[in-house]
Amino acid sequence: MQCKTALTSGYRQKRWFAGSQSQFCTLSEAFPATPTDAGAVGFVLSSLPRQRAPVLWVQDWLSQKEAGRPYLPGMTTRQVIQVDLSRPVDVLLAMEEGLRCTALAAVVGEIWGDPPVLDFTATKRLALRAEHHQVPCWLIRRAASPDLSAARNRWRVTSLPSLPHPEDARAPGAPRWQAELFRARHRPPGTWIATYDRAADRVDLSAAIRDGAVAESDGAQWRRAAR
Amino acid sequence: MARNGDAPPDDVAVILTTEGPHGPVIHAANRAARLAGAMIGARVVDARAVCADLRVEYADLAGDAAALRRLMLWARRWCPWSVVDGADGLILETTGADHLFGGEAAMLTDMETCLSGLGLGAQLAVAPTWGAAWALARHGPVRAICAEEGIAPALAPLPVDGLRLKGDTLLLLRRLGLKTIGAIAQVPRLSLTRRFARADLAANPLMRLDQAMGHLAEPVASRDAAPRIIARTRLPEPIQDPTAYVPDLCRDLCHQLARQGLGCRRLHLTVYRTDGEISRIEAATAAPTRDADHLHRLFEGKLERINPGFGFDLITLEAGVVEALELTQTRLDGKAEEDLHLPRLIDRLSARFGAQAVQSPALRASHVPERAEIRIPALHMHGAGAEATPRERPVRLLHPPEEVRVLYAVPEGPPVQFIWRRQTHRVARYAGPERIAPEWWRDRPGTRLRDYFKVEDQSGKRLWIYREGLHDDGRGGDPRWFVHGMFA
Repeated sequence: MQCKTALTSGYRQKRWFAGSQSQFCTLSEAFPATPTDAGAVGFVLSSLPRQRAPVLWVQDWLSQKEAGRPYLPGMTTRQVIQVDLSRPVDVLLAMEEGLRCTALAAVVGEIWGDPPVLDFTATKRLALRAEHHQVPCWLIRRAASPDLSAARNRWRVTSLPSLPHPEDARAPGAPRWQAELFRARHRPPGTWIATYDRAADRVDLSAAIRDGAVAESDGAQWRRAAR
Repeated sequence: MARNGDAPPDDVAVILTTEGPHGPVIHAANRAARLAGAMIGARVVDARAVCADLRVEYADLAGDAAALRRLMLWARRWCPWSVVDGADGLILETTGADHLFGGEAAMLTDMETCLSGLGLGAQLAVAPTWGAAWALARHGPVRAICAEEGIAPALAPLPVDGLRLKGDTLLLLRRLGLKTIGAIAQVPRLSLTRRFARADLAANPLMRLDQAMGHLAEPVASRDAAPRIIARTRLPEPIQDPTAYVPDLCRDLCHQLARQGLGCRRLHLTVYRTDGEISRIEAATAAPTRDADHLHRLFEGKLERINPGFGFDLITLEAGVVEALELTQTRLDGKAEEDLHLPRLIDRLSARFGAQAVQSPALRASHVPERAEIRIPALHMHGAGAEATPRERPVRLLHPPEEVRVLYAVPEGPPVQFIWRRQTHRVARYAGPERIAPEWWRDRPGTRLRDYFKVEDQSGKRLWIYREGLHDDGRGGDPRWFVHGMFA
């Protein structure tokens, strides 16, 4: 028995990512499977609101050394203000300052590992500020363990082999990620396969294909209804 | 005017040149060069033929003009009104000011001393009119002083060049045999008027003569320097920590700025220590502002950098660069916006972490990946740059690219297996190559071309790798492979 959900249509995707603005203007965390996996960055980029306003992108030193810098030609023409800092505490400080500025489209921070300053209080401050000023905030955490945090949505994003290229069978096509929402405040957690359409700058979520659970009842009520 | 600090010795012949229609021409020459035969306005090649060991420098006309403007303001120490006269002169209105220096002769000596202290030579003259002073300073005796009734005798022996006329008029007068100002003054006014009836001021000897004699008014239109916008706090006794006084200083400064409709871009906070030293810190803003709270926050965390010594008793806050700032109403209900504006965010981040840490990438027209993106400090952010390339590019770029060890290479396409960061990647699918040649106008001659591949490994990780060079390009040994970025 296989279950394929209805979250594939663009309409649903729009409701998930843009329509429920109040749910998304909050702190979310993304955990890449490996530090060099840029799937999480692509997932975060695709879920930012589509505006011409600039994105504040704050990195600490280790993230920049190990996982590179954001590369503007590869993003869908956005204005970015990039802040390169050395310490995680500075990253949190710059993010908090940025969240007070409603002229920003979003604030994205990258913090390597589990520094002691990134505790429940720090994430709570970020979440409250993001919700108060209605600015979406993302925290990309590489080589980190998903311990206590006040982030409203916590994703684990892994790159999957991409879709076949429509013209070249040997070439990788549109990227696919496995996005696992393992903790969420406003909706039930779940696992999806995200497909990114570069031309339309759109993400389609479909439920991961797996064997569904067998119904526990013996079906007596259906027989009664049929009678 | 000599450049600051590196004036050549007097015995070396030096000329300054500008570009003329037929090659460089001499703009200025020092005394040794003039004696050697270099004439102002002649071509440099001609002067070189006359004097072989001529040192040739380019004239910095804009720099000279700016220096002369500064000198004009500096010269206000002798009189309240001064103005720049042409490219090489200053006119000071010293009427009623000379007695402060002990008479006109003493004042001229004082001026010459002060100017030579700056490393400048000067030819000085005092006369009742602008034109007479101009002629006497350039063609008259040293430190000439001329009274109201003595203008005509003083000017009579001077050449007609002293009348501030254009070149072709001077040539005409020379051909007519009028060599001195006295000779022109003896020509009947009627004939001069008839001859130069339609000439404008710079070509009219009669009007210039009247200006020099004082028959035609020529007032000095003095320009004022912009007043400094500065807030001061004098303390009754020395203190060590300025924190408590900064908010008041900011409010005072913003009040002054608001009165003049200005906003500041640079701020200098200076403390004057009791031992005579000063210590200062600076802050910059991305857009003109006069918001006291914002300016105050720019100094947060920076006040510790002031070295107080044994204490200071005077604090000043000065607006270094000011720009016009108009007030605009952004909301109809008249309330103020409480949000933080983007320029202020940039100011705060730049003030806290340094201007180099806060950058705004912009696109640039280049195919070399690391040059397709230029990073400029966000304080100097401007509009959009070049168009984005239509090709697919990674979302992350490694700087510098990291070399990989190839385990299993094939003649065409990317390696089948390679080790990057101690992990073996097996290429499942790839797209490419995309060949990017070095930019010959910018790269060094030995730079090798790059073949870029987008590869996907067994776990679905998409990397951007490139081979540097070809096997037989003659620019080094075997080609090497690098990882340059990651695709989403």
